[in-house]
Amino acid sequence: MNLIKVSWKNIQHKPLNTGLSLLLLAFGVGIISLLLLVEVQLKNQFDRNIKNIDMVLGAKGSPLQLILSSVYQVDAPTGNINYSEAQRIAKSPFVEKSIPLAYGDNFKSYRIVGTTHDYVDHYDAKLESGSLWSGEFEATIGSKVATAEGLEVGDTFYSAHGLEDTTDVHKDKAFTVVGIFESSGTVVDQLVLTGMESIWGVHESHDHEAGAEHDHQHEEDREITAMFLKVRNKMALFSIPKQLEDSKIQTVLPSVEINRLNEGFGIGMGTLRVIAIAIMVLSFVSVFISLYNSLRERKYELALMRSMGGTRSTLFRLILQEGLLLAILGFVIGIVLSRIGLLILSHYMAENFHYSLNQIGMVSGEFWMLLITIFVGVLASLLPAYRAMKIDIAKTLSNE
Amino acid sequence: MLSCKALTFSYDHKNTLQFPDFECKEGEHMLLLGASGSGKTTLLHLLAGLLKPSGGKIEIAGTSLGELSQKKLDKFRGQKVGIVYQTAHFVKSLSVIDNLLMPQFLTGKPTQPQKAQELLDRLQIGNKAHRKPSDLSVGEQQRVAIARALINDPEVILADEPTSALDDQNAKEVLHLLEDQANAANATLVIVTHDSRLKGHFEKRIEL
Repeated sequence: MNLIKVSWKNIQHKPLNTGLSLLLLAFGVGIISLLLLVEVQLKNQFDRNIKNIDMVLGAKGSPLQLILSSVYQVDAPTGNINYSEAQRIAKSPFVEKSIPLAYGDNFKSYRIVGTTHDYVDHYDAKLESGSLWSGEFEATIGSKVATAEGLEVGDTFYSAHGLEDTTDVHKDKAFTVVGIFESSGTVVDQLVLTGMESIWGVHESHDHEAGAEHDHQHEEDREITAMFLKVRNKMALFSIPKQLEDSKIQTVLPSVEINRLNEGFGIGMGTLRVIAIAIMVLSFVSVFISLYNSLRERKYELALMRSMGGTRSTLFRLILQEGLLLAILGFVIGIVLSRIGLLILSHYMAENFHYSLNQIGMVSGEFWMLLITIFVGVLASLLPAYRAMKIDIAKTLSNE
Repeated sequence: MLSCKALTFSYDHKNTLQFPDFECKEGEHMLLLGASGSGKTTLLHLLAGLLKPSGGKIEIAGTSLGELSQKKLDKFRGQKVGIVYQTAHFVKSLSVIDNLLMPQFLTGKPTQPQKAQELLDRLQIGNKAHRKPSDLSVGEQQRVAIARALINDPEVILADEPTSALDDQNAKEVLHLLEDQANAANATLVIVTHDSRLKGHFEKRIEL
């Protein structure tokens, strides 16, 4: 027998009161911890994908849309830009590195992106098997694409026009899988990467099929969808837009757009956080009332414990422990709930955005949550515990 | 073993209760008789150290209660004094046997489940050990309360109206139990009551 056991039995003795307190605590903790998890992981995803991209070139339109479509592969592209014009900027001395992207086709709604091997280096993507693409219509695919569609090195597939629609298939030119990437937690997981020539190739033949009479596209007519730039010094961020003033190309700073996006998210997250804090306050009240009420019922029992050799501090600890046990139990249930919520959310995100949230370990904010929950438990039981300590035993034992 | 001298108690500094001096030897049984309102329960609480007297001195097993700090008094009471109340009360969430172990646990002794079980067997309620006290009949509950008063091998057993809520048959049984168990433990037994049915049983009686 120990005091924890007595506290534990007392909590079990009132399943309804205990249940209500636990439910409120668990929901408060669960919502806050889910928010923390989502926030941390979205921020990680955002930051990881945006790393080392100072500027993005793309067709004029919504700057945020350009960033979402080119960096995160979640929105439709704003249009195409002239490759040679973009190359002119890329070759300027201010630019340290440039990565062209040509996309607009899909395989089973996984995007096919024509690019250079620099794109692979940029995301630090490692090969799990096979090699990077070299010839036309060779593709290296992300881990998610490979597992979801059961593709292996040597398999072939057809691309379809558009980013989502899988009906308009380019039946004449098949892609061959030459390599598969390891899972890296970046957009590469969800992409089919190939050379830009392959993208252009698909559409050249497409034009022939449609009966167009013109020759193969000339080098200078070739188009890409976007281009990532890493600059040598920050001055370039001002000079490049000036050079492109009269063209159809816009320049966007991804960090600025992502900050705007984060602010938008922040409002929603903030509202949820307020709700969660309100639930935590309610759970505090619930724990308090439940302990305080049980105190009235157990007054005789507590006086009895004193008469059998229990000291004031024994009773104080007994009640305090009951509050603590409730708090810790509520915290654990809340953490479990938040993981279940995250898995559901992750499933939804993966289906709709090809994004996954899969980190279910504890995040640092949750250790603070544990401290706060314990604080709530202690605070709610402090007054009842004090009252238990101050019970007048003789009076209580003689007035049954 | 147990003695009190010039014991007085006042609730509000106006009405002061005065108690007769008495003394009890080791293993002696004594009845304190008094009508309602005569301060019987107050005296019992004073003897148990649950109340502080406004004057006089109580000594149990050579220790003067007035000289102990609150914490030491709580422990002392738990170790040396077993109390049986008019109605049995328990820690409701715990089983009968865990309730029996409470006094050992609360006084910091190692718990002896086997001893508790033997006590219950001796009082013929051994089969109820793992039930909740509320599942037991009133008579059975009173027996558990007696067992609980005995678990720490107290030197003094104080009983507050242990029979007044019981019918003749049960009252007789409980009284025998108390006497037998006190004899077995060689403990001093003090029963405080207004129940005149007990009068004839005791040689040593004090009327309040």
